[in-house]
Amino acid sequence: MIRVVLPYHLRTLAGVGREVELQIDGPATQRALLDALEARYPMLRGTIRDHVTLQRRGFIRFFAVGRDLSHEPPDAPLPDEVATGAAPFMVVGAIAGG
Amino acid sequence: MSGVRVLVGTRKGAFILTSDARREQWDISGPHFAGWEIYHVNGSPVDPNRLYASQSSGWFGQLIQRSDDGGKTWEPVDNKFVYEGVPGTHQWYDGTQHPWEFKRVWRLQPSLTDPDTVYAGVEDAALFRSKDGGKSWQELPGLRAAKGHLWQPGAGGMCLHTIVLDPGNPNRIFIAISAAGAFRTDDAGETWRPVNRGLRIDYELPDAAAEVGHCVHSIAMHPARPDVLFMQKHWDVMRSDDAGEMWHEVSGNLPSDFGFPIVVHAHEPNTVYVVPIKSDSEHFPPDGKLRVYRSRTGGDEWEALTKGLPQSDCYVNVLRSALAIDALDSCGVYFGTTGGQVYASADSGDSWAPIVRDLPSVLSVEVQTLP
Repeated sequence: MIRVVLPYHLRTLAGVGREVELQIDGPATQRALLDALEARYPMLRGTIRDHVTLQRRGFIRFFAVGRDLSHEPPDAPLPDEVATGAAPFMVVGAIAGG
Repeated sequence: MSGVRVLVGTRKGAFILTSDARREQWDISGPHFAGWEIYHVNGSPVDPNRLYASQSSGWFGQLIQRSDDGGKTWEPVDNKFVYEGVPGTHQWYDGTQHPWEFKRVWRLQPSLTDPDTVYAGVEDAALFRSKDGGKSWQELPGLRAAKGHLWQPGAGGMCLHTIVLDPGNPNRIFIAISAAGAFRTDDAGETWRPVNRGLRIDYELPDAAAEVGHCVHSIAMHPARPDVLFMQKHWDVMRSDDAGEMWHEVSGNLPSDFGFPIVVHAHEPNTVYVVPIKSDSEHFPPDGKLRVYRSRTGGDEWEALTKGLPQSDCYVNVLRSALAIDALDSCGVYFGTTGGQVYASADSGDSWAPIVRDLPSVLSVEVQTLP
């Protein structure tokens, strides 16, 4: 199981707690993780990545095991700790004013 | 007993204010969607329990929420707004062409006859329609064919903020776009043309005959007289007596003809309301006095409505979608401010009282008259 930590507003939107667990068949990549997340929680479509381009939204970041994975290619393998469920994949709303 | 439901969109959530027909005691529900920008909440004229809300954030983008119980519960519906075909380009600040990019939904306008049909006015300017209660959205691309390549965003963004449906002609819709102008379709949205003749362009456009590029702030119509339109433009309050074919100025004795919203009285087609703002450089009421102005003559002659409104040191703004009316026998008028107050008048504007004073900055106000 892969563990995903969502920011407050997306937890509220999806009606879930701080962390959700996802089963991914095949290689654990950012794209596979987000596909699985959106399949399970369709209301999150468009909130983390663009509907059409599937590009990460500008003020969303991906953190895991102390690293910023935001600029990693979507098909790159996720860190082993994330793939095995030892560490969560964190979807983070970037710090911004307002 | 009949009553009213006031739907308030703010910078940090939605609020629903309800009262009986006396409009003295108010129940305040919210914040709904706390922390999100709610550009607009609107209800179906044929099913008052059906509401739609535009929920957005700089982080998470656009969501559309729908309620089937008058705002007690909500469910997210489709938020996929994809321009039809190749999105194309519009004029950019530096004179180059820039691709259309969806940013947010400014306005949701439910159909006058079908609760599952709703229009969405978006930024970058386009009109979308859902026929399944928000479960899917399709663009009406003929609008952007109306010289869209010449449209250019103003400082507030290139937003389609006004949608006026003609109750006597289901094929006719008016829309307005910031810094592009007013447009009309007579074939249910297939084709559109600019309807901006007669709009003055001092300080706004170099070409007096420009078909597009006019900064329309809002348009209002009385359902009994759908060919008569009132417009608050960037500067100037305008009127058309022929469904937008030609406009003439009716600013008359207003202390400033700059402003954002305009509405028409529910029962008096010649009674119009505006909220003058000092200027495009100073977005607050002239002299620090919050005054709604009413014309009972269809424009030109205006009276200040001040009773119950702050008449000193008031520097709030009233945005384009933040003035609304109810349809009770004694017509109610409502507006919200960027300072978070929502004021109501149960006597056509003669006297006012705040319903609530300390909401987040108000973006929009709509009113449902409940049976």
